[in-house]
Amino acid sequence: MAVSQNKLVQWIDHRLPVFTFLDHELNQYPTPKNLNYWWNFGSLAGVMLTIMIVTGVFLAMQYTPSVDDAFQSVERIMREVNYGWLMRYLHMNGASFFFIVTYIHIFRGLYYGSYKAPRELLWMLGVVILLLMMMTAFMGYVLPWGQMSFWGATVITNLFSAFPGIGNDIVTWLWGGFAVGNPTLNRFYALHYLLPFVIFAVVGLHLMALHQHGSNNPLGIDRKGPQDSVPFHPYYTYKDMFGLSAFLIVFAIVVFYFPNLLGNPENYIPANPMQTPPEIVPEWYLLPYYAILRAIPNKLLGVCAMFASIFVLFIVPWLDTSKVRSAYFRPIYKWVFWLLVIDAFALGAVGAHRPEGIWIVIGRVGTIYYFLHFLVLMPLIGWFERPLPLPPSIAEAVLKKRGGGALAGAAATRTKP
Amino acid sequence: MAESAHSQTADAHAAGGTRRDFLVITGNALLGIGAVAAAWPLISSMNPARDVLAAGAPIDVDLSSLQPGQQILVLWRSRPIFIVHRTPAELKKLQDPQDISLLRDPDSNVLQQPPYVKNWHRSIKPEYLVLVGICTHLGCIPEFMPQPGGSLGPAWLGGYFCPCHGSRYDLSGRVFSGVPAPYNLPVPPHHFVSGTTVRIGENPTTSPFDFDSIEQI
Repeated sequence: MAVSQNKLVQWIDHRLPVFTFLDHELNQYPTPKNLNYWWNFGSLAGVMLTIMIVTGVFLAMQYTPSVDDAFQSVERIMREVNYGWLMRYLHMNGASFFFIVTYIHIFRGLYYGSYKAPRELLWMLGVVILLLMMMTAFMGYVLPWGQMSFWGATVITNLFSAFPGIGNDIVTWLWGGFAVGNPTLNRFYALHYLLPFVIFAVVGLHLMALHQHGSNNPLGIDRKGPQDSVPFHPYYTYKDMFGLSAFLIVFAIVVFYFPNLLGNPENYIPANPMQTPPEIVPEWYLLPYYAILRAIPNKLLGVCAMFASIFVLFIVPWLDTSKVRSAYFRPIYKWVFWLLVIDAFALGAVGAHRPEGIWIVIGRVGTIYYFLHFLVLMPLIGWFERPLPLPPSIAEAVLKKRGGGALAGAAATRTKP
Repeated sequence: MAESAHSQTADAHAAGGTRRDFLVITGNALLGIGAVAAAWPLISSMNPARDVLAAGAPIDVDLSSLQPGQQILVLWRSRPIFIVHRTPAELKKLQDPQDISLLRDPDSNVLQQPPYVKNWHRSIKPEYLVLVGICTHLGCIPEFMPQPGGSLGPAWLGGYFCPCHGSRYDLSGRVFSGVPAPYNLPVPPHHFVSGTTVRIGENPTTSPFDFDSIEQI
């Protein structure tokens, strides 16, 4: 079937089937008709990745990766370069918003069981993207070479010194010297430029895995026929664009009115290797992991727990023993899910405070609950929980929910002889 | 009901378009405007930044220690500027009709200088020549070789020789015929704030001139 009447399009498509590909993945790609707004966040993450790469490339044209010039070059971008302030605030706050939409995207997957068969690899590729994002964000935060950049880099790279025997050698290798310095800044810059394109490639694989079986949906049941789905374009392209418009309004409000809301004022002081700031705090999106690191009063175990808190996500598809995907039909797991959300926020708050008094207690309880959720509750609940009855199909559930049955009735009458 | 919806659509078609056409066209138009608005700051950021423009401010050069026959090189807007103190003999040579006949543009007709230096010596004061030291061929810096003859052979009259592709200019920056460079060396805006102090990058108050309007740097 020809994708277009246009002769040029046909000529190209015969040799390079890009139009057939787009037609197949957009116009013909069947999508569950019952997706809610939580399904907007995947495309929002894609838009954020694009915004970060574009603003990042233009910022890179102005930035100087050298311990003597880095801080000044960022201030120059803010004061001298045309619209430099805009590009930097978009990039800086863009990182935060990228994490916001990605975290919502991940929790959506956890609630609706989007990681279950046959979407295990889709989920695992997502975790890879999260890991790459965290590395990229951390290295990007080092580039302005403020106090928090320098000491954040020092603390995070020192995590590797916890490994017995080779730890110190690893840290020296990471630094390219005997402390965080010019070689460290240069390699972080090179990698900060490289990794987003690696993320881009993994996103490609993520989409490939997604399109193999299509999106999960709020009911968590498979599509059974054409009555359960609509083509991705125009239905979800427009829904995504509407969601994007709303999201960009919020993004713009922060960028234009509260550009330093999510930043740390300490990072507007040039790096001083002779003085550590009174409090070292990572960016907000890394706070829960930082809290887990500090919750355990043993250097090596703390580091291991922090890495484990992310790696446990890789095996979530096998930890969850329930056959039902959506928490909508899982009366117990539904509540446990919200406890995990509260736990994540609590750990974030713990990470933002000095490890003193009540914060130590909350940090330890939060850390224990985090692992309890994934390693104990997820497998156990799947065994003893009695899920609610699943609807026979997406179409029937949707029509029933609309309360009408009018259309269904009309369809029924039409089929009568 | 279905029938009335159908006839409405038909009416709209007859009127020249449907509501959907209107929405699609206005939506796409807004999308295009948005794309241009988003691209504008990024493209603009690649233009010279404000500190770069500020570095293009006029500079003052004291010529009191510049001896006849000498050249100094200063930097204005990141470009090499030649300032030469020419001897009377060299000035006399610039007027030699036989030498002039070898030049491509002896009367400086091409806009390569402000109008107030469009004269035989291409300068405000005959002895002090101010040039942008960038060959009009492909941007190399020509060498100052004021002595006739020498390594360039007996035909060399003294002037500027570009080592990249052999372009030749006389001692007022006028290009010779038969070399790759098409135009005379540019003269930047300048004026004398005192007898021996020249301000480069600023026109005399009575003669406005836009340096960006010259043919080629």
